[in-house]
Amino acid sequence: MSLEQEFETIRSVPIFSTIDPAMQKLLAFSSERLAYAPGQVMFSAGDAPEYAYIVMEGEVDISVPTPRGPLVVNTLRKNDVIGEIGIFGDVPRTATATARTALEVLRISRDTFVNVIRSNPDAAIALIRILADRLAKTTAQLRRLAAEGR
Amino acid sequence: MERSLYRFILRYSRSEQLAIVPLVVASMLLYFATLDLPKTIINEAIQGRRFSGPEATVPFLALSFDLPAFLGGGTVRVFDGVPLAQVPYLVALTLAFLALIVAGGFLKYQINTLKGWMGERMLRRLRYALIDRILRFPLARFRRVKSAELASMIKDEVEPLGGFIGEALVTPLFLGGQALTALFFIMVQHLYLGSIALAVVLVQAFVIPRLRRRILALSKERQLTARALAGRIAEVADGAVEIHANDTSNYERAELSARLARIFRIRFEIYQRKFMVKFLNNFLSQLAPFFFYLVGGYLVIVGRLDIGTLVAVIAAYKDLPSPVKELIDWDQQRLDVQLKYTQVVEQFMGEDLMPKELQKPIAAPPLPESGSIRVANLTLAGEAGVKIFENVSFEGGVEQHVAIVGGQGSGASELALALARLVPPTAGSIEIGGIDIVKAPEAVTGRALGYVGPSAYLFPTTVRENLVYGLKHHPVREAVYDAEAATERAFQLREAKRTGSTLLDINADWVDYAAAGVSGPEALEARLVEVLRIVDLEETIFELGLRTAVDPARRPQLVQGALAARAAIRDRMAAPGMQALVEHFDPERFNRNATLAENLLFGTPVGRAFDIDNLAKNAYVRRVLAETGLEPELLATGHKLAETMVELFSGLPPGHEFFERFSFIRHEELPEYKALLARVAESGLASLGEGERERLLALPFRLVPARHRLGLVDEALEARILRARRYFREHLPPELAGAVEFFDPARYNGAASIQDNILFGKVVSGQADAATRVGALLRTVLEEHGLRLEVVRVGLDFHVGVGGARLSAAERQKLAVGRMLLKRPAVAILDGALGNLDPASQNRVLANVLAYRKGRSVLWVLARHDLAARFDCVLVMERGRLAEKGRFEELKSLGGALDRLLAAA
Repeated sequence: MSLEQEFETIRSVPIFSTIDPAMQKLLAFSSERLAYAPGQVMFSAGDAPEYAYIVMEGEVDISVPTPRGPLVVNTLRKNDVIGEIGIFGDVPRTATATARTALEVLRISRDTFVNVIRSNPDAAIALIRILADRLAKTTAQLRRLAAEGR
Repeated sequence: MERSLYRFILRYSRSEQLAIVPLVVASMLLYFATLDLPKTIINEAIQGRRFSGPEATVPFLALSFDLPAFLGGGTVRVFDGVPLAQVPYLVALTLAFLALIVAGGFLKYQINTLKGWMGERMLRRLRYALIDRILRFPLARFRRVKSAELASMIKDEVEPLGGFIGEALVTPLFLGGQALTALFFIMVQHLYLGSIALAVVLVQAFVIPRLRRRILALSKERQLTARALAGRIAEVADGAVEIHANDTSNYERAELSARLARIFRIRFEIYQRKFMVKFLNNFLSQLAPFFFYLVGGYLVIVGRLDIGTLVAVIAAYKDLPSPVKELIDWDQQRLDVQLKYTQVVEQFMGEDLMPKELQKPIAAPPLPESGSIRVANLTLAGEAGVKIFENVSFEGGVEQHVAIVGGQGSGASELALALARLVPPTAGSIEIGGIDIVKAPEAVTGRALGYVGPSAYLFPTTVRENLVYGLKHHPVREAVYDAEAATERAFQLREAKRTGSTLLDINADWVDYAAAGVSGPEALEARLVEVLRIVDLEETIFELGLRTAVDPARRPQLVQGALAARAAIRDRMAAPGMQALVEHFDPERFNRNATLAENLLFGTPVGRAFDIDNLAKNAYVRRVLAETGLEPELLATGHKLAETMVELFSGLPPGHEFFERFSFIRHEELPEYKALLARVAESGLASLGEGERERLLALPFRLVPARHRLGLVDEALEARILRARRYFREHLPPELAGAVEFFDPARYNGAASIQDNILFGKVVSGQADAATRVGALLRTVLEEHGLRLEVVRVGLDFHVGVGGARLSAAERQKLAVGRMLLKRPAVAILDGALGNLDPASQNRVLANVLAYRKGRSVLWVLARHDLAARFDCVLVMERGRLAEKGRFEELKSLGGALDRLLAAA
C-alpha cells in the first residue's frame, strides 16, 4: 500500500519505533498527511494544543514571542516530532511553529496519540525518556543563564 | 364547570335533546303498528277469516270513524277502500308491513344522526373547556400534575362521554318507549301472557343492576390505574438518561410489569363478573318464551286464544328483552360515564385557576410606555406559608437597567417570576407606567413584560416560528379564503359558536408586526436577523442554512445567486495559493477527494435507492458495473481493502473508537470478513457467493482516494469509473430518474446543501488549513453576492426538534432571549437566561442586549454578580428581603450584602 512513506516516518520516530508494526500501520492510516507552503503558520503560541506533527519533508521554525518580536529558538527537520508534549497538558501552546520551506507533515490528533500511548507501555517509556531529556537540557540552560546573570 | 354530568348535558344540549323527542314518539307509533299488523296478516289474510268464499273481497285501507253521540252518532266514511281478493289482500298487507319497517328504519337513522352530532358537539365542548382550564392553570400546578396524564384524560378518558351524551336522554326514552309499547301490546292481547312478560322484565330490571355494582367499582379502579400507567410511561421517557446511567432498566421493567399485572387483575375480574351477569340475563330472557309456549299453547288448544295473537305476542316478546337489556346497559354506562366525568372534571377544578377575564383576547390593549416601575411591599408566600420574599419595595424609571443579585434561597428568581406576573404575589403591588400589573389581563402583561427563565422552552417547529411565537397574541389580519374554503370556515364558525369554542381563526395572520416595530412580513425578516445578531446566534443559523438543501423552485433568487457565487468561487480559486484547495466536480474527470460512490453517480442520491449503503445491493448499479466491466476490478479493490482493514484493525479491542472513526468494517463484522478472506485465499474471488460479493463490493464505494492514501485507485480504475459514470447516466431507467440529482456545472442541485452547491467540489485533503481558508472565501463570496441574508433565512427554517433538542443548550437560551427581544416589551425580565453560555459569550450577549435595550427597562437576575457593574442600579436580595439597592460602585465598598455576595463568589 502507498502508506509506505508514512509508515517509514512513524517507524523512525523514537516514541513509536518500539510499538507493534500493526499499530504503526494503523497510526499511519489514521493520521493526516498535510502540506504547508513556506511561511505558513502551523500553530501559534496561545492556541489550544489539538495535534502532534511529524516532519516528513522540509523544515519548521519554532519561535517564541518576545517584546522585540518573535525569536526563533529551534529549527526542526525530517522525522522530528512537534507538539507531542503539549497535547498531554491542558495549557495553550507556548511557541509558534512556522513552515520554513515547503513542508510535508503527518498530523496526529490528540485522541489518537493519547490512545496509542495508553495501549503501548513502550511508547510511554520512550515519551518519558524524551521528557526527562528535555528537563535535563532546560535545567542546564537555566543553570548557565543563572551563572551568566551573576 | 358543572360538577355533575347531567347538569352539563342539560345546560348545553337541552333544546337539541328535546328536538329529538317528537321523532322518538313517531317511531314508537310506527313500532306499535309493525307489531299489530302481523296479527291482521295471519288472522285475516292467511287464515282468511273475513273472506266468506274464494270470490269474496275485503276493502283494503278503508278509513272510517264513529262519530260520538253528541254529534248525532253514526259513522263517517272517509275512504271506502279498495276491494281485494284474499291473495292480493295478503300482498297488500305485507307491502304495508314493509313500508312500516322502512319508515321506522328511516326515523331511527335520523334519530341516530342527530344523536351523533349532538354527542360530538358536547364532546368538543367538554374537551375545549378542559383545554381552556389547562391554559388557566397556575404555574405551580404543573409541578403536581403529569402532562401525560392531562393528555390521556382529555384525549382518551372523555372519549366515551361523547357517545353517551347523545344517548343521555333519547336512549332511555326510545328503549323505554319500545319496551313499554311491546309490553302494552302484549297486555292488550292477553293479560296472563302480559303478566308473565312483566314479571320477567321486573326481575331483570332489579336484579341485574345490583350485580353490576361491583363491576362499576372495578372499572373506576381500572381508569385510575390506566391513567397512572400513562404517567409512568412518560416518566420513563423523560428519565431515559437516568435509567441508562444507573442501570435501572430492569427495575423499571419490573415496576411497569407490576402495573400491567394490576390492570390485568382488574380486567380479569371485570370480565368474570360481566359474563356471569350476561349469562343470567340471557337465561331470564329465555324464560318467558318457555311460559308462552306452555301457557299460550294450552290456551290455544282449549280455544281461548287465537294462533295469530300467540304468534304476535311471541314476536312482540322477542323485541322486549333487547330494549330492556340495552336499557340496563345504558344505565350502567350512565353510572360509568358519570363517574369518569366527575373524576376528570375534579382534576381541572380548583380555586386557583386564573379568572377567564384575564385571558380575554384583546386586539390592542393600552400598554405602559413611560413613567416608572413601582413595586410596593411585594410579598410571596410558598405552599407551606413560608415567605419566599417579603415586603420588597423599589421604584425606578422604565428606562433603567436594573440588576437583581442574590444567592441561593434569596428569593431573587421568585421575585423575577412575580415581576413577570407569572406567579401571583400574595400581597403588595406592581405598577408599571401607571398600570396595575397584578390585576392586568395577560393581554397587557404578555405584551408589556418579557420573561426568559433559566430553562427556556422551544416549541418543536422552526427557528423562525420560535422567534415570532412572542408576537402571536391576537389575529392582526383575517385569512383570505376562496369560495369553497369560505363555506367550510363558515361551517366551522357556526360549530365553534354552538360548542362554546373560540371564534379566533388559526389561519389568520397572528404575527403582531407593530409589536416587533416593523411594517410587515418582509421587514420582519430583517428584524429577525438583527435579533439573531444581538444574541450571537446569526453565525450558527447561517451555518445551519449553508448545510441545508433547499427546493430551487421555492427560492429562485437564492438559486441564481448561488450559481453566480459558484462561478465567483471558481475564479477566486484560480488565484495563487488557492488553486489546490478545492477539487471541482468535472463530468470528464475523476475527483480524488470524493468517494468512489460520488464519482460513479456524479450526483446526490435522493431517497434510499442510491444511498451509499445500498449501492452494492442496487440492481441497476450492479448492471452498470457488469456492463462496463468494472465489477471484477471493483471486487478486487474491495478484496484488498478488506485485507487492509482486517490487518489494521484486528488487534484492537471491540468498541475501540478507531473503528468508529477510521474503519470501513465494524468490529463485529471482522470474523465474517476474516472467513471470507480465507475462502478467497483458498479458492479465489470467483468462488464467492452473491452475498459475499455484495459485501466486498460495498467497501470501496466509501473510499476517498486522496484521504485514505491506500493506493488502491490507479489511473486505469479511474478511467473505468468514468466510463461507468457515463453509462450510468445514459441508461438510467425512467423510474429511477428521481433517485439521483446529477452534478451539473450550470444547474443548481436541489438535493445538495447550499454550501456544496456553491463549492461544487470537494475541499482537498492534505493541504493545511484548506477547510478554514475555503470557508472564509465562501463567506466572503456570499457576502459579496448579497447572499448571506438569504442563507440565514434558509437557516431560520431549521426545525429545532422536540424541546429544541437539535440545538445546543446555549443556542436554545440564546433563541429564547431573542424571542423576548423581538416583541420589544416595556420591561424585559431575565433570570439566569444565559447560564448555559461560556463566560465570554455571556459577556458579549449581555452587552449586546443592554445596548439594544438602551433607554428601555431591563430587570436581570444575575448569577455572576460581577456583571451587575454594567447596570444602572443593583437590587441585592438576601433571605427573602431586599437588603440593598443602589449603584454597584456605591454598594461595593459598603461592606454590606453585595460585598458578602462578591466575597462568596
